Amino acid sequence: MKRTLVGLSAFLLLAGSVYAGTPKPAVKIENPGQCIAPAAEMRANHMEKLKHTRTRTLRQGIRGEAASLNGCINCHASKTTGSVLGPGGFCQECHSYAAVSPDCWICHQPKAKQPVGQTTAGVQQ
Amino acid sequence: MSAPHDKAPDSGRRSFIGAAAATGAGLGVAALAPGLQLIEVSAAGAPSTGASSDKRWGMLIDSNKCASGCDACVKACNRENGITETLQDVRQSSQWIRKVDLKDPKSGREHSLPVLCQHCAKPTCVDVCPTGASMKRADGIVLVDRHICIGCRYCMMACPYKARSFVHLTLTEQNPEVPRGQGCVEACTFCVHRVDKGQQPACVEACPERAMLFGDLKDPHSEIAQRIAQEATTQLRSDLKLDLGVRYQGI
Repeated sequence: MKRTLVGLSAFLLLAGSVYAGTPKPAVKIENPGQCIAPAAEMRANHMEKLKHTRTRTLRQGIRGEAASLNGCINCHASKTTGSVLGPGGFCQECHSYAAVSPDCWICHQPKAKQPVGQTTAGVQQ
Repeated sequence: MSAPHDKAPDSGRRSFIGAAAATGAGLGVAALAPGLQLIEVSAAGAPSTGASSDKRWGMLIDSNKCASGCDACVKACNRENGITETLQDVRQSSQWIRKVDLKDPKSGREHSLPVLCQHCAKPTCVDVCPTGASMKRADGIVLVDRHICIGCRYCMMACPYKARSFVHLTLTEQNPEVPRGQGCVEACTFCVHRVDKGQQPACVEACPERAMLFGDLKDPHSEIAQRIAQEATTQLRSDLKLDLGVRYQGI
């Protein structure tokens, strides 16, 4: 029994040290303070906002809504790579950490169209 | 945003919010509220009202003007929609618009015309789509919702005009306004991203002979509606009674 307990606590200590070492995503915000909603809400609900907008845009032709994937990309693309993907890329950094693989990038262009930093948030077509 | 109230805002509540904003700066939550309001006001603009069934977008192509050997419309389409990939078997390449040369074997008369998605009022691709990805907008533009297209290619079989293509390769050079990618079926969109901004489709703009005319078939004052009312025009395979958005002259 004693041996089991020692083994268990050793495992927990080891496991604890491993988890403590998992790096948090290092998300760089290129244009801070310009998002369409507070960071906490965007973190939790950006996928819902985009999903509803995509349906309205494609099926009903409603354009210029606040939430838009191109809006995200134009504001959040890295100023060095021009993309939201790649190591440290705004989208990929968090998605890798959260172990989710949305397939946006099969079709959507992950690079900003305009020179990065010259766009206003949320109003891209 | 909260719903509008009849009475004046509660001053106690307002002072509480102000205090929370002042003290909550360290938390980085409440401090965002004033900034959020400003952005929402500036960014809200007005989203467009969207496609309306008061319009029906259509195209009139005059094959008498269309020059054989000219593929300006095809090149413009490929450039606008980011169709840059080439496949070993060209029959598998994406093709939103193609040039067709016709010859009457008896008279020897030759003519040339572009063929694209005909944007049917009763589209067979929409009828057969098992997921609802093939769809028609209220203004008559037939599109593929790639979010739910499973790439079964049933619509390609159903289309009498061979208007649709399947994307075989992984793509990286898309136009940000024209998402397209591997595993989905696609076709001419009438450059819907341009039309929604009040512009003309890329092929129409590029045609050096001005053989293509784009406009609203339902607006009796539009040039396209007036010409269709006054001149003889043809729908391809009109026997199928699909009520096409694209009309031809001189064939």
